[in-house]
Amino acid sequence: MMSLIIGLGVILILGIVYLIIRISALTSLAKGKNPDKVGKSNSVNAALFIIFMVASLVGFFWYSVKHFASYTLPVASIHGKETDKLFWITMGITVLAFVIISIVMFVFLYQYRYNPERKAKFYPDNHYLELAWTIIPAIVLALLIFTGLRTWNDITSPASKDAEIIEMIGQQFAWTVRYPGKDAELGTVNFKLIDANNEFGLDLSDKNSFDDFKALELHLPKGKEILLKIRAKDVLHSVYLPHFRVKMDAVPGMPTQFKFVATLTTQEMREKLNNPNFNYEMACAEICGKGHFSMRLPVVVDDEETYEKWKASQEAWLKQNPDYLEKVPANLREAAKVIAGIATEGPAVAVKESEQIAAGTN
Amino acid sequence: MATTDTHIHHDVHHDDHHEHEHHEGNFWTKYVFCQDHKIIAKQFLITGIFWALIGGILSVIFRLQLGFPDMDLTWLKPVLGDWIVVDAATNVGKLDPEFYLALVTMHGTIMVFFVLTAGLSGTFSNFLIPLQVGARDMASGFMNMLSYWFFFMSSVVMLTSFFLETGPAGGGWTVYPPLSALPQAIKGSGTGMTLWLVAMALFIVSSLLGGINYITTVINLRTKGMSFTRMPLTIWAFFFTAIIGLLSFPVLFAAALLLIFDRSFGTSFYLSDIYIGGEALPHVGGSPILFQHLFWFLGHPEVYIVLLPALGISSEIIATNSRKPIFGYKAMIGSMLFIAILSFIVWAHHMFVTGMNPFLGSIFMLLTLIIAVPSAVKIFNYVTTLWKGNLRFTPGMLFSIGLVSFFLTGGITGIFLGNSAIDIQLHDTYFVVAHFHLVMGSASFFGMLAGVYHWFPKMFGRMMNDKLGYIHFWITFVGVYMVFFPMHYIGIAGFPRRYYTWTNFETFSGFTDLNMMVSVAAILTLAAQFIFLFNFFYSIFRGRLAPANPWNSTTLEWTTPRNPGHGNWVGEIPSVYRWPYDYSKPGAKEDFIPQTIPFSETPESNLPHENELIRLESDDKEGGIIIGGNKPQH
Repeated sequence: MMSLIIGLGVILILGIVYLIIRISALTSLAKGKNPDKVGKSNSVNAALFIIFMVASLVGFFWYSVKHFASYTLPVASIHGKETDKLFWITMGITVLAFVIISIVMFVFLYQYRYNPERKAKFYPDNHYLELAWTIIPAIVLALLIFTGLRTWNDITSPASKDAEIIEMIGQQFAWTVRYPGKDAELGTVNFKLIDANNEFGLDLSDKNSFDDFKALELHLPKGKEILLKIRAKDVLHSVYLPHFRVKMDAVPGMPTQFKFVATLTTQEMREKLNNPNFNYEMACAEICGKGHFSMRLPVVVDDEETYEKWKASQEAWLKQNPDYLEKVPANLREAAKVIAGIATEGPAVAVKESEQIAAGTN
Repeated sequence: MATTDTHIHHDVHHDDHHEHEHHEGNFWTKYVFCQDHKIIAKQFLITGIFWALIGGILSVIFRLQLGFPDMDLTWLKPVLGDWIVVDAATNVGKLDPEFYLALVTMHGTIMVFFVLTAGLSGTFSNFLIPLQVGARDMASGFMNMLSYWFFFMSSVVMLTSFFLETGPAGGGWTVYPPLSALPQAIKGSGTGMTLWLVAMALFIVSSLLGGINYITTVINLRTKGMSFTRMPLTIWAFFFTAIIGLLSFPVLFAAALLLIFDRSFGTSFYLSDIYIGGEALPHVGGSPILFQHLFWFLGHPEVYIVLLPALGISSEIIATNSRKPIFGYKAMIGSMLFIAILSFIVWAHHMFVTGMNPFLGSIFMLLTLIIAVPSAVKIFNYVTTLWKGNLRFTPGMLFSIGLVSFFLTGGITGIFLGNSAIDIQLHDTYFVVAHFHLVMGSASFFGMLAGVYHWFPKMFGRMMNDKLGYIHFWITFVGVYMVFFPMHYIGIAGFPRRYYTWTNFETFSGFTDLNMMVSVAAILTLAAQFIFLFNFFYSIFRGRLAPANPWNSTTLEWTTPRNPGHGNWVGEIPSVYRWPYDYSKPGAKEDFIPQTIPFSETPESNLPHENELIRLESDDKEGGIIIGGNKPQH
């Protein structure tokens, strides 16, 4: 029914359009007009360009100012402030150029609309003019390039040694987070070891993996350099932390990384925005399949003390999956139990033994 | 060498001419398997229009989802079938999220390749190159015919993929592996992706056959006196476009071939360390980044393959309708050449945050921002061409002005995205969508429409209706801005692209009003295209008969008969004596002097150095050739 109505509507409109052109053609013929002469519609079009220019520029500035808060995201990282600054500098320069060129062009369109009394100016070139508008954009762009390069180099420079390492793993359609545990070193992984429980593909012959733990939320310390180690299990994903101006693809077979410093805890941001429900979030920014739009991961920024407390309260992955102790080489098994925090019969002795073993393998 | 060519011309002329008078061929050889460049151009145009309609409708379907997420789409079920999932409890029909991705993917593929490459470059390169350089036809009419029919086959294969149970390709138009390589990752990577790759391979063959022809024709088949510096800017643009295509499309072919190997023959060019569907795949050692490098090595030049012909067309139309020479003819050629060269060394700016070495990122940022300089020069030259002109707003002129406006608006946002530090946040957000839809999509689309309005009289011997053209322009021009301008705000707010819905995120919960407006504007803009379609098809049969030179233009195509036959000119091909932009020359009787008028006939308007050329013109009649406009060569 709906399609029938639409179809009839289209036919009706086409019929009306057809009649309009036939009538306009016949009347102009009857009036003896030469259709090749430039008519009144020329000035109408010229005037419409001016109206369009004024309306769209007013609309542009009005919306940009009035809704500023709704389209700008608060920033909560050190480098994010830098890139935002670059963004707004570039915005200033380009909007200025855009407005000037637009106004000049649309005014020309109106001012030089067809006039049978006038002849166009034969003006094929002017080298000075062309040189000027080659060199000026080149200089402006050079400035933008150099400031951009400096920021880019800072952002991508190697992370400091004591940076907080956190691993982000993308898969269809969820993120998992792995923290290195007390030893601050992530255990080796191998995609061939992944199974239903061992979703990291943890290689348990590496003693660094014993205290690694999994989190369902991304917890970040405020004011400390964070190094995200990023990988993907199946297809491309992209770690996207909009408030921290962080984006980096997760590539299967090629680990990537991104370092940044968070500047505002979740609580501070809530106060700043006067929004008690505010939460940081992480999204996926690279098309990855059916559930691409649903790869949300909650993000919490704590001050360092709370963060450390939270970390200490987390159970090692091995403790949650004690069956995997079998995969640990026999000589490391006791140490693994201790490091993972699994209770053993003689704790005191075991600790000593395990420490010796650990020292030995170092 | 040029002299030899001319002699060959003469011989060919007589044969063609002869054939032309007595033998027009039957329906099949005249309209279907035709070797006449003009018919082939129309075939490309009609097929392109068909695809534009499909691509536009796809975009409206996914805009319904984005603008009206709660809308009941059950009424689309008769067309989309199982892709509309009807909830049993509420009886509300929703678009399948995987089909949403397929829609986005096919919209991109169709618009970039089938409409703006084949439909734009295929139409106007074919139509205008022989007519504007003064040739009877393309260098190889047969190859030209093959070029269309490969495109046609490619179209058939691509269209077929819509009717598969698993649907067409759905991994984005950039088809990044592993998503596009693994059928278990997304439905669209099944047979749909295979057909996508086959269609693209056929498409590349079509492009290469066409491109070789365009280049050869421009270099070898120019008429007497048509030196390179007397070629209209359209021809320069098509020439550069063909060269870019010839150098970059084979790389996409290689990328597609390796992807086919990975998909079907178990190789690991792009795949490594993958655990999917409960098993670890045996692929080791490949790199998904390799595909991205190969893809964008074509993908970025492709932007200019799409854009340069549109810029060429608008240069020609703006000069003609300003009644002024295009300002800085040589600077325009220079900037196109510079853009063409740079287009090959900026591809990795699509990959700043893919994990590519950051040092490469800085190099590509530098090169990318340089490309803004020649682009800026082009905009300034357009504006200066308008200055003190006598502007006639024909529909072709309106669309060309629209192109310049989009090129400006969309171009400046490129300065943000080309800056790798700023791109971290903007990458894969709606800011990018706004940017490329304006600078590449809409600008090129307007170039195509401008070309159709402007050369319609030459294509079909009739005029299109002006008034309908104005209405079409204003709705489309305002509509396109209403669709893409708000996307800048949505992008600055961080909304990621290719999202079925943003409701899962608090951060992206706003802008439902803006998204709704965008969708409404998109529907209106698509609706306005039916005005064009009506005008187009109606005018083919019932339009007012076109005068010989309706726009008082200087170029060669307007010296042909109203409906030129195969061979274009009855009798000898006219010679060319001057550049194509002698509009409103001081002292001249009229406000334009066609390229075929020798300087000896216009002593009243000649510039001093042109008077010296008069002597050479008489030599010319004995078979001489002028190269570069001032040095005779025998």
